[in-house]
Amino acid sequence: MSLIETLARIEAAAAGRARPRCTVRHRHLSERPLVFVPLTTAGEAGAPLGALVGTDREKPALLAVPQPRDRDLRFAFLAELAETVLPYVDGFADAIEWEERKETDPETGKKVPVQVELCADAPQLIVPSAAGIEYVRLLGRSMRFRRTAEQEPEAPFPAPPHVPLLGRWLTHFGERARVPGAGLLLSMTGLLTRHWASGQSVLEDQHLGALLAWIDPPPGLSGREAAERAESARDAAGQLLCPPAGPATDPAFDNRLLAPAMARYDAGLPGAEDELRTLVEGQLRPTWDAVWQGIDLLRALPVGARVADRWKRDRWSYTAHRDRVRAGEPPQPKQDDAVTAAQKLSARESAQAQLDAQEALDDPLVMAGRRLAGEAFQGTVTDVEMAMSEGRRPMPRPLVTLRTADHPHLAEGAKLYRPLADGRTQPGEFVAHAAEEPGVLVVRLTGGMGRGKTPEPGSVPEPADVVCWTLFEHAPRGGPELPDPEDIPWTHGGPPPAPGDPPHAAPDPVTAEDFL
Amino acid sequence: MTATQDPRSTTNRPFDPAASAAAATDAILRDTLHGTRRGVVVDSPPGAGKSTLVVRAARELAAAGRPLMVVAQTNAQVDDLVLRLAGKDPELPVGRLHSSEPGAFDPVLAELPAVRTSAKIADLAGMDVVVSTAAKWAYTKVDEPWRHAIVDEAYQMRSDALLSVAGLFERALFVGDPGQLDPFSVVGAEQWAGLAYDPSSSAVSTLLAHNPDLPQHRLPVSWRLPASAAPLVSAAFYPYTPFRSGTGHGDRRLAFGVPGDGSGVDRVLDEAAESGWGLLELPARHTPRTDPEAVRAVAQVVRRLLDRGGAATSESPASAGGTADPVPLTSGRIAVGTAHRDQAAAVRTALAGLGVTGVAVDTANRLQGREFDVTVVLHPLSGRPDATAFHLETGRLCVLASRHRHACIVVCRAGVADLLDEHPSTEPVRLGVTIKFPDGWEANHSVLAHLNEHRVVWRP
Repeated sequence: MSLIETLARIEAAAAGRARPRCTVRHRHLSERPLVFVPLTTAGEAGAPLGALVGTDREKPALLAVPQPRDRDLRFAFLAELAETVLPYVDGFADAIEWEERKETDPETGKKVPVQVELCADAPQLIVPSAAGIEYVRLLGRSMRFRRTAEQEPEAPFPAPPHVPLLGRWLTHFGERARVPGAGLLLSMTGLLTRHWASGQSVLEDQHLGALLAWIDPPPGLSGREAAERAESARDAAGQLLCPPAGPATDPAFDNRLLAPAMARYDAGLPGAEDELRTLVEGQLRPTWDAVWQGIDLLRALPVGARVADRWKRDRWSYTAHRDRVRAGEPPQPKQDDAVTAAQKLSARESAQAQLDAQEALDDPLVMAGRRLAGEAFQGTVTDVEMAMSEGRRPMPRPLVTLRTADHPHLAEGAKLYRPLADGRTQPGEFVAHAAEEPGVLVVRLTGGMGRGKTPEPGSVPEPADVVCWTLFEHAPRGGPELPDPEDIPWTHGGPPPAPGDPPHAAPDPVTAEDFL
Repeated sequence: MTATQDPRSTTNRPFDPAASAAAATDAILRDTLHGTRRGVVVDSPPGAGKSTLVVRAARELAAAGRPLMVVAQTNAQVDDLVLRLAGKDPELPVGRLHSSEPGAFDPVLAELPAVRTSAKIADLAGMDVVVSTAAKWAYTKVDEPWRHAIVDEAYQMRSDALLSVAGLFERALFVGDPGQLDPFSVVGAEQWAGLAYDPSSSAVSTLLAHNPDLPQHRLPVSWRLPASAAPLVSAAFYPYTPFRSGTGHGDRRLAFGVPGDGSGVDRVLDEAAESGWGLLELPARHTPRTDPEAVRAVAQVVRRLLDRGGAATSESPASAGGTADPVPLTSGRIAVGTAHRDQAAAVRTALAGLGVTGVAVDTANRLQGREFDVTVVLHPLSGRPDATAFHLETGRLCVLASRHRHACIVVCRAGVADLLDEHPSTEPVRLGVTIKFPDGWEANHSVLAHLNEHRVVWRP
């Protein structure tokens, strides 16, 4: 935890109310997000109990499984989920823009510009907590390899139509959610903790009700009191006033209400199914409302300047998966191969570096945290001395002296970066601390001043200007190119088997249990 | 592990470190030059002559008419290797492939007659040895792969970095220290945990998972660590692959010209000079990372080391035959190690305040592979309220406790043993992942138990 976040949490604990960690919103929020609040059955992996899902906060669709151990009912639930979610996901597929992209021409081997489609907007799923994201992944994994009667007419137990397709989309959302800063699938606790610091621990922040209580307590209660109430207050019947955000349910609910109701359903008593649906809705509805309350809080924040740039990457990601589905490609494999895994890791590392830089540039409060950590410094220019580089073609290399109260971790020759008014980045390097005067240091500008012998106007700061230099890059580069999957070297197991070859020793053969 | 040399097997005879190390080196070179397998793995404990081995293997391969590429992890390591190669054989044509940024390599290299530096691989065609970092090699394309490669610090190289360079060579010698810091990723990589090619694991784990029958060797003797340190480091960090010190007790001496003034700082210096270890224990307290008292104590220890006219006497080289003269302990022979960069920055500021310059102050990550006469360590768990996986990482403590030739002084707040007991390792166990022994928790306890025998309690 960074020093500034520790400080914010201490302040929040002392004041009994959450403290802001940002001055702007750092994630894209869709105009029309799809909120998905799932519940799972205790003791049975991947058996959904019910869900509220929809884009209209007043009219969520309630899906419930009266007997989760019945696989026919489970598939009916998944089919219904597919019918609710897929129209929303597909609804963004046809509104497109044209973008120019450089692609390698297969005949000449040269990079040529081509026009490609980019969806104008993309779907956005919001779940209550990080466990909800995990559950989306689990659902995706359990569905994407199923076969429908259309795909395999002979196979027993065909899946309802659309179920494998939903599995592929949920898998895509789940994978995309691992990319730092991505917005196709978000958790409300993740969004709120990014923007506010509560006075409780990181683990306790996973309770959506308690977290919201710290940020936006009901009238008359402090955040701490409201959070305690949300976590543990129970009614006369021993039920939690604020049910957990799921997907796991409260054991008291399972034992005292759900189990007897299921027994009545199993006994075939009239009205038992309606009773179960009401019970499940009663557990889901408070969380549904809490998610929308969180959305309201976040919408009240102004959006960060570079958020649209990151959302565009999400649109690319959505468009690319749309194309894969349309091209009839098979579902995502069970496990990534060596090259895909390395590519994903490298892409996520550069996304993380980029996110860290962009958030700091968008938000003075985030930049303050980096300054406190010695990764940036802000100061007032006291002197600018013109100097030229040596070499055949001397270029301006002005020396800027500034006074700062920050304590950056600078080594001699350290590279520095400064955002310019037009959005470009000006590079510089640290020269030295001024002798005998603490807090005064000299930076040499090494670029961003045009090609002429005199710097372009406005590209060199002037005395009394307040400037902020960072020690981190603003647009970090991605990693190197990796070999094609068929060129995987011997150190990593060699190329994968070709379609005709016998497979590598299968670690996990398909058995009868897979179809249980 | 199919180690070829086991120091314990020679216990009935007097242990001859030189012969034992030479036998191991011969076996490694035999497998590298004449073996049939595509890879050879060498585990090297701290200061066991890894760089010497790399230089020798490179020269022998070049002498046999087999040009090779060398992959190291940082620019400093590459420059150091090129200097060592040129120092051993000034005639050997060595190419230094570097990035196109200014100041990408040590300017000293430009003055070596047989060394050519370039940012383009085409300029280095025909050189016997071409050395560069893994990051630069990953952007390099060649028509014909090299027949041989040496991968240095292979345990600090990530699997995905090896994936992007492995297409450049046919066979390779992988050399590294398994006890040092593992490579890491700033984003989560749990989804690949247990896969043989987990991109965030070390290059050697992936290599051995896919090629389990590659010959593996071990260098059995640490020439750096003194007789007082090798048994502890070996037992705490390499319990199944023990090594010995190349020197005996009494071969090395650390003495001070100025007698101690009886203060805690001077007493811990005397203890460290006598026994090779010293623990300066401050009162228990929860502190921020840059604990001002502990930082000041570290700076004072360094100041007194210099003020008291320390002199280090090393074993005489076998060739000289006589006794070696004491060498004054200068600031260049002292290092301060910390866990975090802000701690290093705070120590630097404190040292500047006491007028000390030239002492290397850095984190464990950046001290890897370096060697000093005396090290002063700010204990990673000092003053902490919790013990996270980062602070418990075995490699971090191992690096900090194995950089010295004479003595290591640890500055720490009391109560770390209790802290460890309150925070057992809680990392999830994942299917298919080889569990590392010993874990950081156990290694921390055994080092702490040993340090407690050399404890000086001090209230600043």
